[in-house]
Amino acid sequence: MTETVGEILYNQEISAQIFELKIKVPDIASGARPGQFVSLYPEDKSRLLPRPISICDANDKTLRLVYRVAGLGTREFSGKKEGDSIRIVGPLGNGFPEAADHAGQKVVLFGGGIGIPPMRFAGEAYAAAGAQVTAVLGYRDRETFLSEEFTRFGEVMIATEDGSVGTKGNVLDAFRETQGEADLICACGPLPMLRALQQFSREKGIPCFLSLEEKMACALGACLGCVVKTVKEDAHSHVKNARVCKDGPVFSAEDIEF
Amino acid sequence: MMNTEVTFCGVTMKNPVTTASGTFGSGMEYTEFCDLNALGAVTTKGVAHVPWPGNDAPRVAETPSGMLNAIGLQNPGIDVFLERDLPFLQQFDTKIIVNVCGHTEEEYLAVVERLADTTADLLEINISCPNVKAGGISFGTDPKEVERITSAIKKKAAQPVVMKLSPNVTSIAEIARAAESGGADGISLINTITGMKIDVEKRKFALANRTGGLSGPAIHPVAVRMVYEAAQAVGIPILGMGGVLTARDAIELILAGATMVAVGTANFHHPEVTMNIIAGIRSYMEHHGIRDVKELIGAVS
Ligand SMILES: Cc1cc2nc3c(=O)[nH]c(=O)nc-3n(C[C@H](O)[C@H](O)[C@H](O)COP(=O)(O)OP(=O)(O)OC[C@H]3O[C@@H](n4cnc5c(N)ncnc54)[C@H](O)[C@@H]3O)c2cc1C
Ligand SMILES: Cc1cc2nc3c(=O)[nH]c(=O)nc-3n(C[C@H](O)[C@H](O)[C@H](O)COP(=O)(O)O)c2cc1C
Ligand code: FES
Repeated sequence: MTETVGEILYNQEISAQIFELKIKVPDIASGARPGQFVSLYPEDKSRLLPRPISICDANDKTLRLVYRVAGLGTREFSGKKEGDSIRIVGPLGNGFPEAADHAGQKVVLFGGGIGIPPMRFAGEAYAAAGAQVTAVLGYRDRETFLSEEFTRFGEVMIATEDGSVGTKGNVLDAFRETQGEADLICACGPLPMLRALQQFSREKGIPCFLSLEEKMACALGACLGCVVKTVKEDAHSHVKNARVCKDGPVFSAEDIEF
Repeated sequence: MMNTEVTFCGVTMKNPVTTASGTFGSGMEYTEFCDLNALGAVTTKGVAHVPWPGNDAPRVAETPSGMLNAIGLQNPGIDVFLERDLPFLQQFDTKIIVNVCGHTEEEYLAVVERLADTTADLLEINISCPNVKAGGISFGTDPKEVERITSAIKKKAAQPVVMKLSPNVTSIAEIARAAESGGADGISLINTITGMKIDVEKRKFALANRTGGLSGPAIHPVAVRMVYEAAQAVGIPILGMGGVLTARDAIELILAGATMVAVGTANFHHPEVTMNIIAGIRSYMEHHGIRDVKELIGAVS
């Protein structure tokens, strides 16, 4: 975990209001695991809190992030140019299950909307570890950002709300059109999607890991601002409220109540 | 030689900077960013006699130059604190201020008694907690209640007692005097100012708890005013806090009358910030030819 200043190598709109950002930040990039995130800080001092953004891809030197312009902080980021700098803390959080433990297994990755970017990093890791990867990606319409890249890791299924590409409906509708088999499910996306997958995996008895979002203040595990209700006692306070930033953002679906 | 040492309620600190309760955990999460040995003291998250689950999420919301929080004092309780957190902090060459919360006098006393034979250096009593016997209004808003709870705690406490005052009152001077009459060794202020945020797009409260405590630079001028008024009203030393982001903000509270300063919300903005503030106080002293930081305490009045 490091607090540092990264150099912006690239920051371009890849879909309506969705930006791809590459940051040269070796201290953070070299240790990053799929499912982890970073805190980006706006320069505007009236906006003090970190903006948590998932890691979409990382190599020894560079982080790739994909973010949606959601409010004023991400709007500020979207104006950054090559050569500009950005204050960044990370890598943060736990990450998806270790890829090496799932070699040879059928791993299905679900990504919905702006939840797709972290699944890109996960897909690469599971494919490299020898898992049989299927990506099920949900979009609003035909702007299917990042979907091309997933074809490198295995099969790709697409669901769109308007039916313009792939299955009309949600990711689970698309997945149900197949055999619907998996040894491991990993997912990131909107709450209704994660709830549906929690129920689906429970019915099918498939291990399932969900990456959650919550409002954060420290993003380091100190303030207890970002909790999710858990079935078992959490590690920090023993009150069944785990910290999304530190104990997560990835949780086993059977451990959380939401 | 420059001297940054201060003595607060009889405890000597290497510099006047500590962390504000609830913003720094028990320091564990910040060891990769800060050298805890460099801090005058670490102030821990509020601890109760049993674990408290806290409020529903969302618990935090950003506001202009600040934030609202309604954590609801989630904490693991004194047992886990004594087993895990205190031994962790003892490894460092810094003083330990343990923040205590409770819903009743008995609950506060139960924690204070458990802390008696430990290495905690100071107790900070958070009286912004809801008093269940008074229908949930905070202990800290009624001077009589403040005096009563202070003297009850003083009778049982083995360490010096710092009463942490709520700013949600008409006269902070009156509350400060009540703490002093109750026998407090010191006071700390300000806790958060009650606020509310509504998401106009969703037409919903931003916090599940509806109201929350405002902190950060937005409240700094209120903190300066209240520290000044309290310093004019009482003779006991003050731990000042509220919106400190830079060394200059810390010095402002010291000039207004604080002996020590706590850094809270700024830790979220910049995890290494306490280190910069400590260094910044030294450079201010150097620049202004100040040999001893104590010369600055209450220097503007
Ligand atoms: C673990 C995690 C990973 C994330 N990964 C990505 C990602 O890869 N790409 C992406 O586009 N978005 C991601 N998000 C959401 C992203 O953090 C928010 O969209 C962003 O913080 C909005 O900031 P803003 O200033 O533009 O919006 P504003 O609404 O102005 O922000 C106000 C405050 O609310 C917080 N906030 C607003 N929306 C969210 C949210 N959805 N989740 C948490 N905090 C929020 C902000 O951080 C800020 O403190 C992630 C969130 C989490 C918790
Ligand atoms: C997330 C959060 C949690 C807090 N928890 C506590 C607490 O447990 N006990 C307490 O006395 N004050 C608590 N406070 C109040 C702070 O210690 C401090 O008084 C206040 O935030 C003002 O300082 P700041 O503006 O530097 O943050 C908390 C504040 C925040 C932001
Ligand atoms: S945001 Fe502070 S504990 Fe998660």
